[in-house]
Parts: sequence; structure tokens; C-alpha cells
Amino acid sequence: MKKAVEISNVSKMYHLGEFSSSTIKDDLSRWWQRMRGKGDPMKQLAAGNQQQDKIHWALRNVSFDVKEGEVLGIIGKNGAGKSTLLKIISRVTAPTSGSIKIHGRIASLLEVGTGFHPDLSGRENIYQNGAILGMQKAEIDRKLDEIIDFSGVERFIDTPVKRYSSGMYVRLAFAVAAHLEPEILIVDEVLAVGDVEFQKKCLGKISDISTGQGRTVIFVSHNMTAVQSLCSSAVLLKGGALQSIGKTADIINDYLNIYSEIPSSKLWTEDDGPGNDKVTFRHVRIIPEGLLTVEDEIAVDFSFNSYMTTGHVNISLHLYTLRGDLVFATVSPQQNAVTALMHFTCIIPGNFLNDETYLVTIMVVNEAKAAYVFEEALKFEVNEVPRESGWLGKWPGLIRPTFEWKVSKSEG
Amino acid sequence: MSKPDAYIEIKPTASLFNFRIGELIQYRYLLFLFVRRDFITIYKQTILGPLWHILQPLVTTLIFTAVFGLFARIPHDGIPPVLFYLSGMIMWAYFAACLNKTSATFLSNASIFGKVYFPRITVPLASVISSLLSFCIQLILLAIIAFIYRNSISVQPTLLLLPVFVVLVAAIGFGFGIIVSSLTTKYRDLSYAMTFGVQLWMYATPVIYPLSIVPAKFRIISKLNPLTSIIEGFRYSITGKGTFLWHNFIYTVVFALVIVFVGMVLFNRTERDFMDTV
Repeated sequence: MKKAVEISNVSKMYHLGEFSSSTIKDDLSRWWQRMRGKGDPMKQLAAGNQQQDKIHWALRNVSFDVKEGEVLGIIGKNGAGKSTLLKIISRVTAPTSGSIKIHGRIASLLEVGTGFHPDLSGRENIYQNGAILGMQKAEIDRKLDEIIDFSGVERFIDTPVKRYSSGMYVRLAFAVAAHLEPEILIVDEVLAVGDVEFQKKCLGKISDISTGQGRTVIFVSHNMTAVQSLCSSAVLLKGGALQSIGKTADIINDYLNIYSEIPSSKLWTEDDGPGNDKVTFRHVRIIPEGLLTVEDEIAVDFSFNSYMTTGHVNISLHLYTLRGDLVFATVSPQQNAVTALMHFTCIIPGNFLNDETYLVTIMVVNEAKAAYVFEEALKFEVNEVPRESGWLGKWPGLIRPTFEWKVSKSEG
Repeated sequence: MSKPDAYIEIKPTASLFNFRIGELIQYRYLLFLFVRRDFITIYKQTILGPLWHILQPLVTTLIFTAVFGLFARIPHDGIPPVLFYLSGMIMWAYFAACLNKTSATFLSNASIFGKVYFPRITVPLASVISSLLSFCIQLILLAIIAFIYRNSISVQPTLLLLPVFVVLVAAIGFGFGIIVSSLTTKYRDLSYAMTFGVQLWMYATPVIYPLSIVPAKFRIISKLNPLTSIIEGFRYSITGKGTFLWHNFIYTVVFALVIVFVGMVLFNRTERDFMDTV
């Protein structure tokens, strides 16, 4: 099979604190934002404690090929280099060393609506978006009706897009990206935006593009479920290096194994806990210790030294599955911010979680901003118990709550 | 449909002198759309619309005529004051527009540049072309006023050089603009310095005064300014009064070539990885 993308020995180095502009702090935080792949301010702050090094290798000697017509998933934890690699492939930034050969025209579905101008009408924006991909007028003319039709916004097609509702905006943007037919389509975390229906439409179109039209798709996501259903093969990045490449199922297993390092309990001294100038974690643990079952009440227990002195402090606790699905986010009551050792316990009731392995992310919030985000602080596994029905299969769903039922029968 | 032979190789260092003209030709439709967008969005949601292109220099000219001509009594080589100020103004305004718009290329487009690739040079190029359109509208206004004063002026054959004057103004504005835009990705101070830098530059250029009143010992500095020969030359071409010297003109041509070349090299360098530093 022909190769669509050949990546050979690509490395990318970033300098830290090199630029003497007045907004170094700003630069750094934005830099981290890009490094970690998306504009998530929490993630950005979480990186705060890693900024000692002057040089950071976001990618190290990464080599692999993408075959024509293949849907390749790129997976890895935050900061593994996924987005940096995509930026290099889509020519937004240059590699520090190594080279990439690309056969065909590339388009990125990085963020829907990229390149839309608010003052231009929907129609004008379709043309502009096509032209950004290097298309000529005639090419876009041919696709225009199809795009407008697919978007379902034909009544407003000559209205400036700034007057669009966000739903219309997304539909039009997606219609454009999906119909412009590049040979290689790069899709980065589109699943993070839009509603469920839109996500489905997106995924459907992506698989259509690859299987139906034989185009190459490079797909990046934290959602293993999506990666598994879309991708024929996958690449796992870890710390900027290529960890493994192969069949999607195998690579997802490798990815899940990375998490085996995360403990279910940990203690630190005053100085070596994770944190920053506002927060230093002292302990995290799951109670009870040992084997947990779906019937157990589970407590997430943690403490940290707080150095915040203004406003209020509260916790936002996020529970993820290993596959990257967010199960829930829950918020603690607010406390006055004082320098103290703060201790929190969040109790997850029994008969609520499913038979799964879960990851806990703890966000410390001060004055409505994330003061520190402790990502993947804890991991715990919930195990099955024998069920009434005797059925042993995996229950569907992210959670498995026991709710009250009312049952009645009437003779009739 | 699509071109299956599209092939690119991404390498850490590309030649700084490869300006990738072929790629620019491939993206000519994008360039056209950018020009149209720049031109149209200026007066979307305004009442006077394209009339602003005329109103702005006209009002400025009237103010200059009043302040510098009537109150300060700055001489204008015997050219009718309105014509004197308007001719200087529109040429200068075009230069300032080219410089100001292109100098913000990287910073104001960082969000789109950070997500998708297309030849970055299309953006400043589009600014220069769209500003040219408003310059042309203003030129028509100037022609009308010149016609009104036709008895007190004499048009010179050097008016044939007008397209060259315009290209030179655009080239110098564009060249300086992309140099500044490249440097501002690292040194943000420059964008602040730009604002009043352009204003200072205007006072160093014979826009509101003729070269003839510049004292002899400063004249050499005035002539080192590449815009002096254009603005003076433009006035001379329309009215037959003022200064036009071929060697000054040649100097400006060379200056423009050098500045565009330096700008392109710097721009080429910056566009490769400015996303890491902006």
C-alpha cells in the first residue's frame, strides 16, 4: 500500500524562559497550552511545577508511516507530544530535526470554524475556508450546494456568521470541513466540542471519508472508545517518544497499562508533594483499602497545605474512566482561604459506580480559578459482585446506580 | 477534483531565500478573497460605506490646510494648498496603511496561523492590495481637485512614473511592515513603538511641508528618507513645482528592493516557528 505520510526521526525542542518580552508569564502559559494540546486553562496550570528545565523535548526521534486510506489513531497522555506532532504535520510549526514527507493535500479539522470571519456571510466563509485549503473557485463552486445542503442553514447562508447561533455555526463549519475532500484529514479532539448528535455526525463522516472515499485520516483523542471504533491502527506516544505502533486494540492496552503506575494511596512530606506556590499536596488515598466492589461506599480522601489567603477555596473533583470518559465532576462546599492544612473527603455512595477502573483528578479552585490541578491523582478499581440474576457479563454504562423503582401490576 | 501529485516535505530548515512563489500562485484565490474581505469588512455596518475612503483624507487635508497653511503659514511651493496637502496625504496614508496593517500580521492572526497552514505572506500582501483600492479611490478625488485647479498647475511627464511611485510606496511599507511583524513575535515593545514611529516618520517626510523649506544642513537627512523622493516627485509630477531628482529616485528604488528582500527573508524565518514564541 502506498504511504500517505512518512515521519522520520522527528524531534521538537522548546525553550523555556528564553524570551525577554514583558509577558514572559503569558508566553509560558500559552506555550504550555499548546504543548499540552488544547486551550484548557486547568491543564495549563497543572504544568506549573514542571517548568524548571530550560529546554523541553516535546518530541524525540519519532518515526512511523501512515498508509494511504488508513485511519490512524494517535494516543497518549497529556503532554505526550500528540498535538505537537499534529502541528508539525499540518505545518503550523517546524520540527527541530527530522523530516516528514506528505503525499497529498492536508486539511485539519482541529477546531471547527477555524478561519471563519465573523463579518462575512456563511457563503463567503465557505469560499474562504476552501481557499485556505488551497482550493480554487471552481472546485468550491462544485461543492457549494452540497455543503449548504448538508449544513441545513440555507436560509441564513447570506447572513454574517456572527449572527449565527452556535449550533448553526458548528454545523456550517463541519459541513465545510467534511466536504472539502483533502487526501489527508487531521482530526484533533473534535469530540471535545459540540453536542452528542454533532459528535455522532462527526464520527460517522470520518469513517465515511476513510472507508468510503479511501482517504487517510489521522485521529487524535483521549477517548479510547472513539479511537477503537474508528481506527484500524494506532500509535502510542509517551513523553515525546514513540512507545508502540500496531493494531488499535493492542495499542489501547499499552495505553491503559501506562496507568498502572498511578497508586491508590500516597503520602508526601511538606516539601516533596505535588503542587505549586498555592497548594502542596500531603496525601491522597482511597478508603477502604484493598478490594473494592460495586456495592462499597468509596471515599476519596486527600489533604494539602494551602497558601491561598484571598477569597474562597473549594474542590472540583473529576472522575474519569481509563478510556478518558468523564464520569462526573463534583464540587465541594466553599471554605475561606487561610494558610492551613486542608483536608477533604468526598464520599461516593455504594451501588453507584460500575465495574471499571477509575482515575481521579483533583482541581483546587480559588476565586473561581484553578489554583492547582492534580491530574490523575488516584486510581482505583471497582470489582463485580455476583448478581441476583446470575448473569456475569459486563454491565453497560459508565455508572451503575441503584435507583428506586416502582413496580405495579394490574389485572387486565 | 484533487491533485494526487501534491507532495511536500517538511524539514527543520528550509532555504530562507526560497520565497515559494509557486505556492503563492496556487493560493491566488485565497489572496483574492483576503483582499475582498479586508476591503469589505472595513465599511460593513457603516452608514457612509465606501465614502469613508474619501472622507478621511479629505477632512485631514482640510485640517492641515487650516492649521499648517492658514495658521502656521507653512509655504507650499506655490501649489494650491488643498492640492498640496491632499497629494502628500494620500500618498502618505497609503504608505502608513501598508506599514501599519502588515506590521500586525503575525500577532493579530496568531489564532488562525496556529491551526492551519497556508502561505502566511498572503495576509500582508492582501493588506497592501486592499489598501491600494482605497488609494485609487482617493486618487480619483485628487484628480478632480487637480482638474479644478488646472490653471495654476502644470502636469509633468514624470506623472507616467505614478505606478512606479505607488509600487515603491507599497514595497517600502510592506517591507518594513513584515520586518516589524516578524520582530514583534519576540519583542512585543515594537508594536507600541510602531504607532508613534509612523507619526514621527510623517513629520520627517515632506508631507505637510515642501522639501524646499528644509534647511540645507538637514536636507541630506531628508533625502536619506526613501519616501521624500516619492512624495516630492509625486507633487512635482502633478503641479510642476517641487523637487524631482533622478538620483534620489534611483536611491528609493534600491532601498525598496533591499527592504523587501530583507523583509521576505525575515518573514520566511519567522513563519516557520513563530507559533512557539508568540
